[in-house]
Amino acid sequence: MTEFLQQLLNGLSLGAIYALIALGYTMVYGVLRFINFAHSDVFMVGSFVGYYMGKLIPEGTLWGGLTILVGSMMACAILGMTIERLAYRPLRNAPTLNVLITAIGVSLLLEYTGQVFFGAAPRNFPAIFPVTNFHLGGLIISSNQLMVIIVSAILMVVLQLIVFRTKIGTAMRAVSLNPKAAVLMGVNNDVVISFTFGLGSALAAAGGILYALNYPSIDPLMGVMPGLKAFVAAILGGIGNIPGAALGGLILGTVETFVAGSQWSTYKDAIAFAILIIILLFRPAGLLGKFTVEKV
Amino acid sequence: MPKPHLYLLLGLAAAFGVSYFSDYFNPYYLDVLAGIGINVILAVSLNLVNGYTGQFSLGHAGFMSVGAYLSAAVTIFLGPKFFGDDGGTAFQQGALFFGALIVGGLSAALAGLAVGIPSLRLKGDYLALVTLGFGEIIRVIFQNVEVLGGALGLNGIPPYTTIFWVLAFVAVTVFTVTCLVTSTYGRGFLATHDDEIASEAVGLNTTRYKIVAFVIGAFFAGIAGGLYGHFKMTITPTGFDFTKSIEIVVMVILGGMGNTLGVILAAILLTLLPEVLRPIAEYRMVLYSFLLIVLMIARPQGLFNFKLGKARSA
Repeated sequence: MTEFLQQLLNGLSLGAIYALIALGYTMVYGVLRFINFAHSDVFMVGSFVGYYMGKLIPEGTLWGGLTILVGSMMACAILGMTIERLAYRPLRNAPTLNVLITAIGVSLLLEYTGQVFFGAAPRNFPAIFPVTNFHLGGLIISSNQLMVIIVSAILMVVLQLIVFRTKIGTAMRAVSLNPKAAVLMGVNNDVVISFTFGLGSALAAAGGILYALNYPSIDPLMGVMPGLKAFVAAILGGIGNIPGAALGGLILGTVETFVAGSQWSTYKDAIAFAILIIILLFRPAGLLGKFTVEKV
Repeated sequence: MPKPHLYLLLGLAAAFGVSYFSDYFNPYYLDVLAGIGINVILAVSLNLVNGYTGQFSLGHAGFMSVGAYLSAAVTIFLGPKFFGDDGGTAFQQGALFFGALIVGGLSAALAGLAVGIPSLRLKGDYLALVTLGFGEIIRVIFQNVEVLGGALGLNGIPPYTTIFWVLAFVAVTVFTVTCLVTSTYGRGFLATHDDEIASEAVGLNTTRYKIVAFVIGAFFAGIAGGLYGHFKMTITPTGFDFTKSIEIVVMVILGGMGNTLGVILAAILLTLLPEVLRPIAEYRMVLYSFLLIVLMIARPQGLFNFKLGKARSA
């Protein structure tokens, strides 16, 4: 039982990170209807920004850690908006496939540029937050795991408030529902899309820092697998659906952790895709999504 | 004689010619040419699925790996049984290799059928992801099969791939795909691409067309995998991950979807580009990805697509 709870806890903290990345995918899909492959590399850049800021700020303090977290989120928000402005905006009316390929191009560009600038070898991520282990019965809860769960919960609540309680959030939902009608109602789509990219990229950066706290070895290709899995999480919950992305991430992280702890551990990378295939075959709209029929 | 058949004969003749005089060429150029040929097979076969039929598949490398592993298994495990440890005469080796390639192609086609039947009900981005998922699952499975080398990969594959085999299969692939899409039956692929709902309304079984395209594409991907394995002599599961699939998709898109000649040119260009950029080693992939973005923005209809004014969207 203790082992089960321990695995559940590990799974939830991994799932919370997947959820943070998945939110970025789902929001961009919501407004632009395409898979932003570069998102997973923004996640990578996020943890590298944290790595370099960690050299300037004394490690192991709560405020230092939070400064790094916020700094990295801001840096990645700017990066995400820049990517959107330079690579995606010229293709606003192009076929989806071209945008998809451009996204893949941006993703490769970030990875290879990362390899040139940061080096291909993995680096050790500093312990930017103070680390202690809490013992609860037989459970071991590290402060980093708690940090992951608390920070992601706060960010998701903030996101929910932005999307449902602010003007720009309303505009985001309007663009997602019908971009043309949104323009007619006086919404500036470019601003909204740019904001969405900034918001999503900031969440990816937070995910990157939190991921690096728990798996402190970072390299320029670290984003690929978590990125793909987070996208699976977004689909699992219903793409374009914000609570769905959070739910999908938690489910995926938990299932993966349990598989990794079982005798089939070598198949843990396949499990996310198996879930993806099953969900798309039986409930293509995702757990919380609404199914729409294509009209002629 | 219709034109495609003429080109097939010309292609086969060229394959004979080049392999007959292969001793006179620089081996480096022959290696590059073989690499180009394998990529042309992959790109042209994927073009049948992505370009002509309009089904966006990101799992081509998965089918390639099925072909590569199973054909390598045939030559490694069955070869010595039939022809002794020295591999037999040149003719026996050729026959064995041909058989191995066909086994690789057929098993990839079977994998394509198994993947295609459930997933081709989906469309667009979703289909892309499911095929990507299947590709990754195939990779993880090969990582766990100890007989085939597991995560370390399969070594000691006999170097049977010669320039003749590559060029001959390039000719066969191009011929098959061209004949298929220009045939009466093959119009169904284009119809499925252009408007699925309208095709269904006039009584075409679009699902069946999609599966046929998928299976044939997978077959040639398997052949290309077999050629690749016997060319590099060593294969690893990670060599067939989704980056490889993306590489092939990029060739198809740059060539112009559903334009075989353009796709061939793009495959040649994209195989040569890293070779040409070798002097600036560490920056070459940066430049490659940068060019990809610029090309997509500047020429969205594909680099070599001159016929159509606008891109053929999926």
